[in-house]
Order: sequence, then structure tokens, then C-alpha cells
Amino acid sequence: MIRLPSGKHIATGVGAGIVAIVSLVAIFAPLLAPQDPFVQNLNARLIVPAWMDGGSPAHWLGTDQLGRDYLSRLIHGARISMLIGVLVTIISGLIGITLGVLAGYFGGKTDDAVMFVITTRLSIPLILVALTVVALVGSSFMVVILTLGLLLWVQFAVVARTTTMQVRNLDYIAAAQASGASRVHVLLREVLPNILTPLVVVATLEIALAILLEAALSFLGLGVPPPWPSWGLMIAEGKDFMFFSPWIIMVPGVALFVLVLGINLLGDGLRDLFGTGRTQ
Amino acid sequence: MLLFLARRAILAVLVCLTVLVVSFALTRLSGDIAVSIAGPNATSADVDVIRRNYGFDRPLPVQFLDWATRAARGDFGESYIYHVKVADLINKRLPITLTLGLTGLTIALIVSLPLGILAAMREASLVDRLIGLVALLGQAMPGFWLGLVLIIVFGLQLQWLPISGLDSWDGYILPGIVLAFSAIPSLTRLTRAGMIDALASDYIRTARAKGLSRASIVLKHALRNAAMPVVSIASVQLGFMLGGSIITETIFALHGVGYLAWESILKNDFPVVQAVVLILASIFILLTLLADLANAALDPRLRAQ
Repeated sequence: MIRLPSGKHIATGVGAGIVAIVSLVAIFAPLLAPQDPFVQNLNARLIVPAWMDGGSPAHWLGTDQLGRDYLSRLIHGARISMLIGVLVTIISGLIGITLGVLAGYFGGKTDDAVMFVITTRLSIPLILVALTVVALVGSSFMVVILTLGLLLWVQFAVVARTTTMQVRNLDYIAAAQASGASRVHVLLREVLPNILTPLVVVATLEIALAILLEAALSFLGLGVPPPWPSWGLMIAEGKDFMFFSPWIIMVPGVALFVLVLGINLLGDGLRDLFGTGRTQ
Repeated sequence: MLLFLARRAILAVLVCLTVLVVSFALTRLSGDIAVSIAGPNATSADVDVIRRNYGFDRPLPVQFLDWATRAARGDFGESYIYHVKVADLINKRLPITLTLGLTGLTIALIVSLPLGILAAMREASLVDRLIGLVALLGQAMPGFWLGLVLIIVFGLQLQWLPISGLDSWDGYILPGIVLAFSAIPSLTRLTRAGMIDALASDYIRTARAKGLSRASIVLKHALRNAAMPVVSIASVQLGFMLGGSIITETIFALHGVGYLAWESILKNDFPVVQAVVLILASIFILLTLLADLANAALDPRLRAQ
């Protein structure tokens, strides 16, 4: 019997499409961008997008307050968002999954210790601490990535812990232990592959969160340093001109919103596909 | 019950102590704190004077114990910039942040409770899907950008609401909406999930069989049971909102502790930064503890653990 695609499948498809397009744009940014995103032209400041009155086909999305081509900056900005989202998630994934698997597998005192670390991390105000660290150490790509990576691992730890507890007592783990496999072998070869699917879902949602947080840090002036075209920084720089040129914050804002929505749609779709429970 | 309370309380105290260490260590990340305070044009003699005056020449553990014992008594030292007591600065500004957080939570509950209930009553219908979509859209919305858009639309074009400052109570509305957005998706989903479970339970079937009205069943019987997880998540969300108010307060120029923290971070005013981190974390710990206690009081099964 042929089943028509349901709303869920359409939503997942839309999400996957958005993520695929933005990823391609990010990878091929230098080829796609019509102009250099850093070149200023003070004679061509705040040109409106091409579809508005006074727009020019030379600048599809107009120019910013320094006369830089807005479309080119937006395209290069996709690179920053995707790169930071993925790298932060790799770091936080390594930390969170390690803690979660150890807590779930060994239980007892180990579990208590990990739960304590999770509780402590949750009580610390995330943005405030990230801002302080970046301000003290100096803002750069690496600092933003490391700071967010060191702060965002909680969801990974919680999910890895719960799922490890579920598989810990299954027969094939007991079989591996009985056949004399080392603890490291059991953890890496038997436990980890079997808890991977829910962790993939967590990873997609964490990428979205990291992208939003990078934009927020950059917006507050303590994220990716200028002149890099981070979408958050573009919104911050355009803020002073938004009353007369509202599009200047609409363009990067909508891009950010659509990308994060796409990643979340994909993550939700994967969760339904894998049949894993929702984690809050 | 007593054992449960005691264990929760001890955990909260331990977390508080760890946060104390973290907020102290945080401001020592820059390496030499005296150089940061002295600024870029200072001579090495200036830096030495600052180091001695502020006691940075002492060993780190001594500095920490000194700071921590004072902080425990509510004495966070003096601001390097304003030259007034940090505790006074924060006392003056905390009510603004708390009011903002409560406004945000109230708006979030006003929106998400009806949406969650409606979605549960019409499970798997078009309405349910639309509400799910709204939650997804809310989740993807960058708060700082939403704030700017609200300023353009409601402040500038419609001129309904003030766009910055706090000359009257309505200055809280737009920033409250921005904060509420961060909590609406999870609160709506949780209300929906709780209501679906509750509506499928035996006591609801009994209530239906007794011929009670639909409104009475949903609002009196099902909601009471669905509300428990919502209450605990709501208090956690309030904690997150207080921490996240730094962005909202910056955009709307509300002079609460978030704005104070942002200014202090930019100006290397470490005693203020330390104190704000510590106080916001303590409020969060207190809120989660209260949520645990409320849950234990409502749910006998938890007490037995």
C-alpha cells in the first residue's frame, strides 16, 4: 500500500533541505559570494536590497554601513555559523558522552559524581559565564568554540547516561564481559555503538543551540571579532541603522532563524524516525 | 521524607560551594588581574600598587578564602568602577531583573498552558500540528533579534509601547515577551504531554462516566495532575530567564543585574561580575530545590525514594 507523505515527513524534508543548502553555501562560500565580504566602499553605504526602491542589481541584498556587499557577507556568515555549530558540538559531545557513559555504566559513586557536575553546570548562568570568559581571554574563533564546547555538554551527558543504563544489563554486554573483553573494549565497542542514534538527535539540536549562542555572544560584542561576517555581529552592527533601514537586521536575522529552524526540524524528524523518546 | 529533604539540601549546599569556587576562578582566567585593572597605559609601578592594595600579592587560596567568607556574609567588596559596595549596586538592580523574569514567566504560562491543553484535547489534529509548529518556530527564534524586531514594530511603527528604559510598568512588556519566547516551546510541549497522559487515565474515564462536564474534567481533574511537571520546569525556566536577562536588558536598556553584569564585564569590574554569577547561580539552585520540594509534597511516590 502506498502511503502519502505525512506532515511530519514534509517537515523533516524541509529541515533536511535547509540544512543541506546552508551547508553547501558554507562549503562553497568563496565561489558563491559575488564580491569580497571585507571590501568597504564608503560611497555605496546602506544601499537597499535590489527588490526595493533605489536598490541596485549589483547588490542583491544591498550593502551595510561600510558599503560591504550584504549578500557576500551573508554567504560567508553561513560558514562561521556552521563551522562553530559543528566544532562546538564535537567538543561538547566528547565531554558529555564520556561523562554520561561512565556514569551510566559504572553507576554508584561515579554516577553521583557525574550528576553533581551536571547539577553544578546547570546552575551556572551560561551566557554570563561565556561572556566573562571571552572578555578575559580575548575574543577569537577558537575561544568562542572552546568556551561554548566546555559549557554545552549537559544534554549529551544526560542522554548518554540514561541510554547506557538501559543497555548496560542487556545480554550482549554480559556476553562480552564473560568472554573477557576489557572495560574499554566493552564501553567503546559494545555500549557506544548501541546508544549512538539518540546521541545523533542530541547533536543536531546542540548544533542549533551553539549557532544561536554564538550569534548572541557576537551580538553582545564578545563573540567572533569584526570584521568577520558572523550573523550575530551583522545584526549588532546594523542595530544603529535599523530605524531607517530595517532590512539591515532582517536579512541576517531571518537567515539565522531559518537555519536554526531547519536544524530543529531535521532533529525532530530523526527522533521520530529512530523512535527515541523526547528528552527535555 | 526527611531523608529526601536532607539529601536535597546537602546537594544544594555542595553545588553552592562549587559555584563559589567557579565564580572566583572565573575572574582569575586572565592571568594577572592587576594588569587588567590598571589598564593599557599603566606603568609597572602602578600595577604593583594595585596588586598590593587589592591584596593580589597573597597566595590564591588565601585570596579565595578571604573573598568566600566575606561573600557568604553578603559582602562582595567594592566595585572598581563605581567605588560603592557591590552588594548595594546589586540590591538596587535585582528587583528589576526579578520583575522582568516573573513578567516573562507569567506571559509564557499565559500562552503555553492554553496551547498545551488545546493541543492535548485535539491530539493529532490540525490544531495540534499547528501548535507544535508554533513551538518549533519559537525554539528557533534568536531572542536578541526578536527584541529588535519588536522594537521596530511595536515601538517605532505602531508606537504602542516604550522601546527602552523603565519610565512606567509597560516598559516590562516587550522585554517580558522576548524572555517568554525562550520558555514557551518547552512549557507548551510539557503541558501537552502531561494532559495527554492525564486524559487517558482511569480516573478521567470514571469522571466521564459520572457525566461530568468536559470543562470540569479537563480543567479540574486532568490539569491538576498535568500541572506537576509544569510547575517544576517553570521554576527551572525562571532560573534560565534570570540568567538570560543579560541579553534582554542590554537591548531594552533596563538597568537590572544583567545589564550591570554586561557593563562590568566590558570594564573589568571583577567583584561585580563574581557577585552576579554567584547570586544568579544561588537563585537557580534555590528555585530547583523549591521545585523538588513542591514535587515531593505533591507526589507521595517521590517521598518514598
